[in-house]
Amino acid sequence: MKILKIAAIPFLTALLSTACSSDDNGNIPEIVNEEEVITTMTVTLSPEDNGADIILSKTDLDGDGPNMPVFNVSGNLTSGTTYTGSIELLNETVTPAENITDEVKEESEEHQLFYTSDDNLDVTTVSVDNDSDGNLLGTEFTLTAGAASTGTLTFTLRHEPKKPNDGTLTDAAGETDAEASFSITVE
Amino acid sequence: MRNYVLVLLLYCSGSAISQTCSNSLSGTVIDSHDGTLLVGATLIVAGTEQSVDTDFEGKFTISGLCDQSYSIQVYHPYCSTRGFTVRVSGDTKRTFRLEHHLEELNEVTLQGKAMLTKTKTLNENVISSDALERFSSGSLGDALNSLSGVSSLNTGNTVVKPMINGLHSSRVLIINNGVRMEDQEWGSEHAPNIDVNSAGNLRLIKGAGALQYGGDAVGGVIVAESAKIPVTDSLYGKTILTGASIGRGTSLTTQLTKSYKNGWYAAVQGTVKRFGDFEAPEYVLSNTGTFERNAALHVGLNRFNYGLEAYYSLFKNEIGILRASHLGGAEDQIRAIASNRPLVINDFTYDINSPRQDVTHQLARLKAFKRFEGIGKVSLQYDFQQNHRLEYDVRRGDDRNDASLDLQLKTHTAMLDFDSHLSENSSLKAGLMGRFQNNFANPGTGVRRLIPDYDKYDFGVYATVDYRLNDDWLVEAGGRFDYSYMDVLKYYRASLWEARGYDERYPEIVVLELDNQILANPEPNFNNFSATLGTTYSFNDNYKMYLNYSLASRAPNPSELFSEGLHHSASRIELGDLDFNSEIGHKVALTFQRESDIFSFSVNPYVQRIDDFIVIEPTEVQQTIRGNFQVWEYRQTNAQLLGVDVDASYAFAHNFRYNHQFSVAKGNDLSRKEPLINMPPVNTKNAVVYQNIDLNNLRLQLQSEYVFRQNEYPETNFDVFIPATQTSETVDVSTPPDAYHILNFDSSVDIGIRGKSDLTVGFGITNILNTSYRNYLNRLRYYADDLGRNFTLSLKLNY
Repeated sequence: MKILKIAAIPFLTALLSTACSSDDNGNIPEIVNEEEVITTMTVTLSPEDNGADIILSKTDLDGDGPNMPVFNVSGNLTSGTTYTGSIELLNETVTPAENITDEVKEESEEHQLFYTSDDNLDVTTVSVDNDSDGNLLGTEFTLTAGAASTGTLTFTLRHEPKKPNDGTLTDAAGETDAEASFSITVE
Repeated sequence: MRNYVLVLLLYCSGSAISQTCSNSLSGTVIDSHDGTLLVGATLIVAGTEQSVDTDFEGKFTISGLCDQSYSIQVYHPYCSTRGFTVRVSGDTKRTFRLEHHLEELNEVTLQGKAMLTKTKTLNENVISSDALERFSSGSLGDALNSLSGVSSLNTGNTVVKPMINGLHSSRVLIINNGVRMEDQEWGSEHAPNIDVNSAGNLRLIKGAGALQYGGDAVGGVIVAESAKIPVTDSLYGKTILTGASIGRGTSLTTQLTKSYKNGWYAAVQGTVKRFGDFEAPEYVLSNTGTFERNAALHVGLNRFNYGLEAYYSLFKNEIGILRASHLGGAEDQIRAIASNRPLVINDFTYDINSPRQDVTHQLARLKAFKRFEGIGKVSLQYDFQQNHRLEYDVRRGDDRNDASLDLQLKTHTAMLDFDSHLSENSSLKAGLMGRFQNNFANPGTGVRRLIPDYDKYDFGVYATVDYRLNDDWLVEAGGRFDYSYMDVLKYYRASLWEARGYDERYPEIVVLELDNQILANPEPNFNNFSATLGTTYSFNDNYKMYLNYSLASRAPNPSELFSEGLHHSASRIELGDLDFNSEIGHKVALTFQRESDIFSFSVNPYVQRIDDFIVIEPTEVQQTIRGNFQVWEYRQTNAQLLGVDVDASYAFAHNFRYNHQFSVAKGNDLSRKEPLINMPPVNTKNAVVYQNIDLNNLRLQLQSEYVFRQNEYPETNFDVFIPATQTSETVDVSTPPDAYHILNFDSSVDIGIRGKSDLTVGFGITNILNTSYRNYLNRLRYYADDLGRNFTLSLKLNY
């Protein structure tokens, strides 16, 4: 094929002289770090009685890449305790990490965080912060742990949901921007 | 009477000079374009005014000539008159070639049939300018859809991708005014960047037989050509204004042509289309508007022995993509599929918001040809194309107004072609092609590049020969070789690079290793052979048979090689593969046709085997922080496609005609022994047409279109866990929609106005019964119904 390559050279020379001006191969293309991707969701639960914080986190550093997300639950909840909850969303593909929670708060009327617990888990969650229109936003909440139980607690960030809504994901619709389900034990 | 006079003249002049001269000049007069014998051409010898006509075989003999040079004028009713100087020495034979311009014009405008065919042993379907005008407000894909065997892969109603016998995208070449479109055609939601109004006619070749354009047309070739411009002093134009109830939009197209007897000509054409949200029978399809603006300019000189042309066209289209189709993960997909209405329905608007596409395609072409007496015609063409594609997703924060995809594809092509009549019965076509292409993906999007930066070099060489054995048989053979080389710089996610084992197989192509990305420099190259072999046989005046074998080789496209990441419009992660080789298609197509005024038909069965066919199919479900996504990976397999296309037309009563079309296509993955995805379902179109030339050319057509349910499809559903309900649910992405039947009405009438101008008024209704239906080949069928009843009114002014 060497011969053909050589044969093609004069034929292409004219083309190349005009074509190579902008993108020379010697130049390394600029790297693109995903600006919007959410790699990390961290939920911090602070007990009202000043005990240790419970940290729930889901981290997927390669975004849409093949690696599985990593889940972390720092401890069990205590029955009868009320926790102050806050949710932090980060893009850790860039350094320093970008705080997506700030963006969500800036465009609060277009976002909402939802908390869903399965039937086995006895916890009650109440959203405490509002968007600029006075509807629920959900980055801050309170969680009350009921009777001892084990189950799944899911946090979902929806973009452009129906607002106001009845608090369920089905009614709110919109697109899921981030979602994390944690196995929780109340003891 | 004229002949008597001629004979008399011949006799008189002959006797006057016969004392010293007894040589003869004999030969034929033919059309210089395709060698057709010209019957009834008149030859006049200057000086003696001796005159003869060609007979029914295009032959003539002039006797009583001396050994000297003569000036001979050759006339033909449909050609420009030409003078030739002939040196007579003994009995001399000579072939005169005339340019058959006027008749071409007549055929294009009156019958919509041009003279030049692109292959001789593959039946070509042609959409005439009359028929094309009915799609003036639609797209190229809509027009092609009217042919049997052509369907379209749609994304909504404005992104219409032609599909030939079940194959589409990179497998279908689109040739626009002699230029192979390089408009990122690899994407299944990238519609061809051609204004349907810029084409004088559309020609469809269901196979790879047209080797001069490329050897990789595994599916087929679509050729759009401008209307031929006559070599006469003339100024003419046409304007079409169309309004449609759905989308509440209009389309305006106009063209103006000026030509001179000396061969110079210029033509301008422009189109503006603006539509708001389209509508299904029961709801507005929010964010499906479109705004298209096109312009084209031709300037050229067309002489018998040489010619040149400059052509420039600009195509710009903004297309809204159904808002309800933009989804997060599988959970959103379940909700969207389960709901029988789109999840987002807003009031009608002309605004086009995200998700949307904004595409600009510019094409410039310079072409020159020179005819060498006794050798043939040599053409040289250079073309430059620039395709700029912006895609906007629904985004957050500072990126809200930025495109998610910003690709700039520049292509330079040079072609040298040679056409020659080797003898009266055979002709040769050969050529060379060189191409350079550069893709630049703008990093400013803040989204990792879907298609990496690359430079691509192509070199091709081809030759085809046809030979007419006798009046009934013609054979054709051809071959082509293409070499292509790509120089790519791509950032891979480090996790993907390792997951696919590239780190072990391709360590040498790594340029840079960063924290979570790897810059690699793949340099794939491909050597592709393609060929065609075919014959046609004419049984008698009415019956004809075409038989053709074609071998097509297609190098994998950038998307198949390099895709890596989430594709929002499909809500799935798509992965290409660096290891792919070319896919090789073998197709045998037979056409048996009868052509007559009363009853015509064409039956076109075909069988195609494609080795290393590249398909994209779901492989697994991947968890991300946005939820679960289905992963679709490209893979290579062996495939077989079988089918038949039938067309029939019967004039069952005076001014009445019945038209029928039927197509069936079956595709199988031979390795997995399962059907191929996205094969067109069986469909049939039946129409009754009333046309009366005496009644202002009134034309009324009622058409029924029945599309069967596609029962052969691979099952690609997947299960996903829904936290809200604590259940595992199946995402049904494979079950095809039900069969549907729609009725369409179309009518037109010519209203003569003063002078040479005439006005044609058209009125049409599509989906008369306002039927709600979904089309298997519409990528948005999960989310919304297809279009409801649509009224169109069009005014065409010829002047």
